[in-house]
Amino acid sequence: MSDTPPQTPSATPPAGSATPPASRRDRPQTDEESRWHGVFREITSGSAIISVLAVVLALLVGAVMIAVTNDDVQESAGYFFSRPSDLLGDIWGAVSGAYSALFQGSIYNFGRDSFADGITPFTETLVFATPLIAAGLGVALGFRVGLFNIGGRGQMLIAAAIGGWVAFAVDLPYGIHLVAALVAGILGGALWGGLVGLLKARTGAHEVITTIMLNYVAFYLVSYLLREGFLRTPGSNNPKSPASKETAIFPDLLGPDYNLHLGFLLVIAATVFTWWLLSRSNLGFQFRAVGENPNAARVAGISVSRMYVYAMLLSGGLVGLAGINQVLGTTTSGFGATVDSGIGFDAITVALLGRSKPWGVFAAGILFGAFKAGSFSMQAAEGVPIDIVLVVQSLIVLFIAAPPLVRAIFRLPTPSDTPRRARPIVVKEVAAK
Amino acid sequence: MSTIAPVIVPTQPTPPENGPATAVIRNWKTPIGLGVFTVLGAIMLVGFGRDGISTMVLSTTSDLIQLPAVDLPTRATGIVVSLLLLAIAAWSAWLVRGARKTPIWLIGLFAFLLLLGFLVWASAGASIPIPGLLFGSLSLAVPLIFGALGGVISERVGVVNVAIEGQLLAGAFTSALVASITGQPLLGLLAAMLAGVLVAFVLAAFSIKYFVDQVIVGVVLNVLVSGVTGFLFTQLLAPNAATLNQPPKFDRINIPLLSEIPILGPVVFRQTLIVYIMYFAVIAVYVGIFHTKWGLRLRAVGEHPQAADTVGINVAATRFWNVSLAGAIAGAGGAYFTLGSVGAFGKEMTAGAGFIALAAVIFGRWDPIRATLAALLFGFASNLQSVLSIIGSPVPSEFMLMLPYLVTIFAVAGLVGRSRGPAASGKPYIKS
Repeated sequence: MSDTPPQTPSATPPAGSATPPASRRDRPQTDEESRWHGVFREITSGSAIISVLAVVLALLVGAVMIAVTNDDVQESAGYFFSRPSDLLGDIWGAVSGAYSALFQGSIYNFGRDSFADGITPFTETLVFATPLIAAGLGVALGFRVGLFNIGGRGQMLIAAAIGGWVAFAVDLPYGIHLVAALVAGILGGALWGGLVGLLKARTGAHEVITTIMLNYVAFYLVSYLLREGFLRTPGSNNPKSPASKETAIFPDLLGPDYNLHLGFLLVIAATVFTWWLLSRSNLGFQFRAVGENPNAARVAGISVSRMYVYAMLLSGGLVGLAGINQVLGTTTSGFGATVDSGIGFDAITVALLGRSKPWGVFAAGILFGAFKAGSFSMQAAEGVPIDIVLVVQSLIVLFIAAPPLVRAIFRLPTPSDTPRRARPIVVKEVAAK
Repeated sequence: MSTIAPVIVPTQPTPPENGPATAVIRNWKTPIGLGVFTVLGAIMLVGFGRDGISTMVLSTTSDLIQLPAVDLPTRATGIVVSLLLLAIAAWSAWLVRGARKTPIWLIGLFAFLLLLGFLVWASAGASIPIPGLLFGSLSLAVPLIFGALGGVISERVGVVNVAIEGQLLAGAFTSALVASITGQPLLGLLAAMLAGVLVAFVLAAFSIKYFVDQVIVGVVLNVLVSGVTGFLFTQLLAPNAATLNQPPKFDRINIPLLSEIPILGPVVFRQTLIVYIMYFAVIAVYVGIFHTKWGLRLRAVGEHPQAADTVGINVAATRFWNVSLAGAIAGAGGAYFTLGSVGAFGKEMTAGAGFIALAAVIFGRWDPIRATLAALLFGFASNLQSVLSIIGSPVPSEFMLMLPYLVTIFAVAGLVGRSRGPAASGKPYIKS
């Protein structure tokens, strides 16, 4: 009992888990009709509609914040009782302006002439989504094993440092160089993550502490290496590495007009791999068993501590993919100690929104990538600070995590087949201690 | 760390104190740990010994009792300290051979000597202002201590509080805004506590009423608060900095007599109101949790909610109000950023202090006093780096900055070991 992490999240949040068991229960009836019936029921009463409504709610709150802080709105609110239409017009102007800029910056720009130009924002969205998905998969994998990996920042930095060094300092032929740098980066992340798993398995050190601490250690280590160590650009005082060599850089997928690079395909592969690992492989089964209940897993003959090490290795490796993606795909002209740009923390929200399921994480990553891409054009065009995106993102996760709240707000009926009675299992677990 | 680890496994990880059955178990963890640190210390102090005179300045110019500065020859001090460290490690080994425990004060003395040796070594040919070093450490630790106290209360009652960072940030923002508008730092402090409570309300509502995973709510709340404060800062505070973001700071209050105690007096008793509140809060939380009815109920709810419910304690209400209280305490810590140290609010100004406070909670094993000591350690280590970088330390500043985090990893892996939190922490309680 003693090494059960006292505050790791259960693999699926109690409230969120209300729906998956329902669909799982439907699965044994294999005939096509009942399956479609189940899908239909899930859309109307289950998580899909909740997710959509959560996004709508979050955008509404964001709209209120945009409107309240808008100068025009504040001005016309002063004479609201003489001309109320002015206020409404200004609110509409502020909110619609911001959100259309968000859309045009992330999905499709109607201001451009051709489709090829207009779709550019969407490819930018995918570029931003790439590291978010990779790191999100890593965090999600940890969640499924009952580990909370806040160490994305450190793992990304170490991955970028090791992989980046291979990319700028080693001479290798085209192709092999890319693979070598990629593998080095993933190994770097896996090393930094695996260290956490090893510490937990051997000494019981809580992974929340060790990952946070290793974030700082990695940051200062990489800062030092950039300033005086082997990552320094010769003859430069900037704490920045040399540019990655041409042979190691991810090739563009859609030609030089777009920034979309090979990293996106790698992330798709990583998603497929994680899905296979978690739901089809022997190791994944043991992972999930440990995540659901480490005591039961131990009784069943699974080495819990070994699973912690493997899970953190894989989790760190996936986060490392995000880190090396930054160096070989996004900032190829040399990186600084902030190359992670907060992705390690964003990945936690991505994993939560994706409910720790690989394809859920994939979709969540693209949604957050769109927010990120659109926020820049929103700030440029309408002067709305980027931070609004953080508010909207976090509200989405909050609302999705609490379906009863969303149902109460929209007065949706409580679905009869997601019973509250399913939950007292947790109480038994507490009672058993 | 992994080198010590295999040795730990066969022995008992944490022998219970005075247990009759454990009398014959020899726990070699402590002497081995001390030995490793002795070797490392000797390599640094003697192997890489530096020549010169290190000066320790013990008094500030405004002190009533002026202590003379102490001059220590660097190399000789290093050798003496190394020998003392060796002696302590050997004594600890001898004690364990006789199946006795190494007393905690001996480990404390060891740590103090190691630290002294390092200070002398790093300051060869320069002088270190000890009161300034300690004063800076305390002021860096104040928000961490408030945050850790909030974390301890919240986790003891069974709600994991990852949202300390958000509560600190909300407190910092609100106190800057309110204190700037009203011109009263005290109102700013109250507003900060209120902001902390608001964040805690959301945490409590989602985790207690809607049974959402508490870690999820905490992480998301951090992002939410960071987004809201960042947004409002850019839209409101930055354009109107003169009227909305110039909070008056608390004045320093010198406690008569006590503030004249050599070395410690200027550090501990020449502080602002908010720091005195912190001293009071540490004691109050400690006494409250372990010596009152309130604390007993709180711990019962956090350890075994079903049992608490059976004897008639309202679990949900106890959790809700104590999480709110924790939010108020953490919010007060946020006010220290704006009303105590920095002055104006800045985006993301807490810079991960909430996570460090969370580490202090776990490092301090969910105990208010130990968590406070852990927070002080973090504050000291960060301030040591800035003091040493001023006098020109031989160690690259990045490694000094890394030190507190490395020490924490060592400590958590080696000393704290399988630290065990409140049993029901993080688990929603559903009354059936």
